[in-house]
Amino acid sequence: MMKGIKKWRLFALMTTLLVFLAGCGREEISTLIPAGKVAQDQFNLLILSSIVMLFVIIVVSIIFVLAIVKFRRSKMGEDMIPEQVEGSARLEFIWTAVPIVLLLILAVPTVYSTFDLADVTSMDVQAEDGNSTHLTVNVTGKLYWWEFEYPEQGITTAQELVVPTDERVYFNLISADIKHSFWIPSIGGKLDVNPENVNTFYLEFDQESSELEDGVFYGKCAELCGPSHALMDFKVKSVDREEFDQWVTAMQAEPTPAEGALAQQGEELFGQDGLACISCHATSGAVTASGVGPNMATFGDRNRVAGYLEHNEENLKNWIADPQEYKPGNLMPDAASLNGGNELTDQELDALAAYLMGLSVEE
Amino acid sequence: MSSIAQKKGFGATIWDFMTTVDHKKIAILYLISGGIFFLIGGLEAMLIRVQLAKAGNDFLSAGTYNEIITMHGTTMIFLAAMPILLAFMNAIMPLQIGARDVAFPFLNSLGFWLFFFGGIFLNLSWFMGGAPDAGWTNYASLALASEGKGIDFYSLGLTISGFGTLIAGINFLVTIINMRAPGMTYMRMPLFTWTTFVASALILLAFPPLTVGLFFMVFDRMFDANFFAVEMGGNTIIWEHLFWIFGHPEVYILILPAFGIFSEIFAIFSRKRLFGYTALVFATILIGFYGFMVWAHHMFTVGLGPTANAVFALATMIIAVPTGIKIFNWLLTIWGGNISFSVPMIYAVAFIPSFVAGGVTGVMQAIAPLDYQLHDSYFIVAHFHYVIVGGVVLAILAGTHLYWPKMFGTMLSEKLGKWTFWFFFIGFHLTFFIQHFLGLMGMPRRVYTFGADQGWDLFNAISSVGALFMAIGVIILLVNVVLTSIKNERVGNDPWGDGRTLEWAIASPPPFYNFAQTPLVRGLDSVWIEKMDGNKKGMIFAEPLGDIHMPNGSIIPFVISLGMFIASFGALYFLDGDKPWALAVLIIGLGITFGSMLLRSLKDDLGFHITKAELLEDAKGGNTDGH
Repeated sequence: MMKGIKKWRLFALMTTLLVFLAGCGREEISTLIPAGKVAQDQFNLLILSSIVMLFVIIVVSIIFVLAIVKFRRSKMGEDMIPEQVEGSARLEFIWTAVPIVLLLILAVPTVYSTFDLADVTSMDVQAEDGNSTHLTVNVTGKLYWWEFEYPEQGITTAQELVVPTDERVYFNLISADIKHSFWIPSIGGKLDVNPENVNTFYLEFDQESSELEDGVFYGKCAELCGPSHALMDFKVKSVDREEFDQWVTAMQAEPTPAEGALAQQGEELFGQDGLACISCHATSGAVTASGVGPNMATFGDRNRVAGYLEHNEENLKNWIADPQEYKPGNLMPDAASLNGGNELTDQELDALAAYLMGLSVEE
Repeated sequence: MSSIAQKKGFGATIWDFMTTVDHKKIAILYLISGGIFFLIGGLEAMLIRVQLAKAGNDFLSAGTYNEIITMHGTTMIFLAAMPILLAFMNAIMPLQIGARDVAFPFLNSLGFWLFFFGGIFLNLSWFMGGAPDAGWTNYASLALASEGKGIDFYSLGLTISGFGTLIAGINFLVTIINMRAPGMTYMRMPLFTWTTFVASALILLAFPPLTVGLFFMVFDRMFDANFFAVEMGGNTIIWEHLFWIFGHPEVYILILPAFGIFSEIFAIFSRKRLFGYTALVFATILIGFYGFMVWAHHMFTVGLGPTANAVFALATMIIAVPTGIKIFNWLLTIWGGNISFSVPMIYAVAFIPSFVAGGVTGVMQAIAPLDYQLHDSYFIVAHFHYVIVGGVVLAILAGTHLYWPKMFGTMLSEKLGKWTFWFFFIGFHLTFFIQHFLGLMGMPRRVYTFGADQGWDLFNAISSVGALFMAIGVIILLVNVVLTSIKNERVGNDPWGDGRTLEWAIASPPPFYNFAQTPLVRGLDSVWIEKMDGNKKGMIFAEPLGDIHMPNGSIIPFVISLGMFIASFGALYFLDGDKPWALAVLIIGLGITFGSMLLRSLKDDLGFHITKAELLEDAKGGNTDGH
């Protein structure tokens, strides 16, 4: 009997420990492991409000527990009639005034931070050379992928946002279709991506994503936008300024032609004379026009296929063959409809995969 | 009269309920239909938790999952929580103020049938081409793009059931203002009546914005009106404003009556007068008032700008003050009392920590910059379930136990009630507490699946186990209801022994005419006052026994609602273009509705009288249990 109880206790302890250890989540995506100034501010507010609220909970709990322990009928007697107290003006005053003070403690940083995080006045400040002092990224949410345009640099990428660390990055958000919401939990709180207006805010990336286990921060769509809302993920690569500038330069260059027979066959298929994938998917990063489909210039460098599948040729081929299977409701036509109604052969899929995996701007 | 009812056949009983204008029978109708919708909504919740029990689950498809979350939210709010609360308001409030019935018995019946047909219409979408799938908030850009008829079912169904709720709200307002027994001043009204009063005022003011929004939605979807169509110059944010100007007060429409039920329970089972009654009343009014000034805290991430966000953040925080006043007054009501832990009281006691937990996370989300992280994550899912399950559903379960004897004349089993409580309470915290952390760990809400690489597996699995516990609790409650009904041990006026307000001075269930003589109210907790004064008859009365004028039952409310129901199908299919019969259905439906309204207007229905002799007969016949 005793043994049984001990085992049960051990089990309970282990479970509790497990829950606490797992309690912070993954550093790529958890708001509890902030990796940027905005998330850090928000995390500080979380801690401050948790402390204040813990105080409230403790006070309530003490009165509550004392009351239900002290005044049980088994103690007070079956027939005891308590005094019918009307109330107390003094107590009413106390529990009106104290919460107001507590709320004031929260209100001041709330108002400060609300204005601070919305401050985009330095967005358009220009240095002497006429360039902005800060990077601006135009984000477009589309069913169910993300486009990132760097207007000053004249480049566009998709699904994987690349940003420099330790500086403010401004974002202009707009949706091309349904309302989305742009959220990188470990970098900073979200802002909605509305179809009718551009929303602007800033984030700071204080950690290089290469230090992370998966090498990227995880970004999410946080507003229900259709069947594949759950799969509308993107990834963020934060690199130091130097590496970022190199990346921009590489993006601005013309894409190198495919190497190897298989990849060249894939390029052919991808082009206007093949399946005409290219009429929706640009393969050069040096464009600023919004694409119908995601820009492919950095495809080989990416962390995922379709935003959430592991980055390998197998998944890529599956995706091309049947996009609806992996992201229901997305707007990509299935390959057969582009191929005169015929399914792509395995060989053709291999060729496309080889070509796409070869598209890279990183060395 | 009532003894005849007992011997009726099944068909006659059904007909009796279809035509009734008696607030107590309408309450039973609300309770049964709300209960059934609660089970449907609960089933949907279980499907959600099965789907999310493990990473990458394929139990439900993406599209089906969106339909289920939409219908779960819509059903629970509009078709379960509100109607069940309306059931208690109908059953108890007129008794608490010593009224013969509500002010407009005919409208009361109409309100119920409109809600009922609206709810049925909405749920028929499952079998007629797909349920709505844009979330219960039905944000416009997604709603307009939604294929199939789901969103049309949503707009039309909620419009009809919304009429019903609005009618009920107006009815209760008029009843409470005009029909209080002599001596029942406003400041002597029981807290449940007060919260019904304020919630009804909220219904009156909050439902029109929703109706406007739904009309825009119907016009956009059916007639290309472009209120929300961005490419035509429309604006989807308008929907969000309209929805939340309704949606936030709606939260208080739900929670205030819950507060009312708990206030009654704390007083009864502590055998003590409510501490700070005046403060509780004013806190209720303040919460109702502030409830209209905070809607944009649902929209902090929409991009309204820092000024709007800061103002709404501060306004939202203020609501914590009257809510805190309530919590502390309840605690002081228990303090120094003589607490009996009967099932309703167990729920009430459990409500305090649960609701405080939901309240503090509410304040955290009022901090706008912090809300940028919490909004639309599982943190908010945890928060509103703590408030709605930990507040409203616990109140509904408590109220079911508390008022079951008053409504049906027999007590639910205490033993099974405690089993239900423990399963439900543990399951509730197991399901939702951990979801706070899922949100903080970056899990967005309304995702039909998640990858194994996100680190959310364990917590989701735990959450799903909790949901199973809650389901077991609800099943035990159903067993309890069945066993209780079979046993059918009759109880007297005051089955809990410590009733304080007027509903405990009348038979359980009350005779169909309520108090034979209108009672005279001498103060707050009038029945308690008479008890303490040793009044053997239980009450003193304000009038001699005399004839009572009663309204006749009528099938017309049912027919009016049926007409709207039929017309909705016409409207639904009319614009398909290839269904010529749809126009005929629309016209026939509206014809039935307006025809029966006309009939009601032209045909005098003067009701009937119960004579003094019959009342004496009833009293002599030992008819204290209503049969």
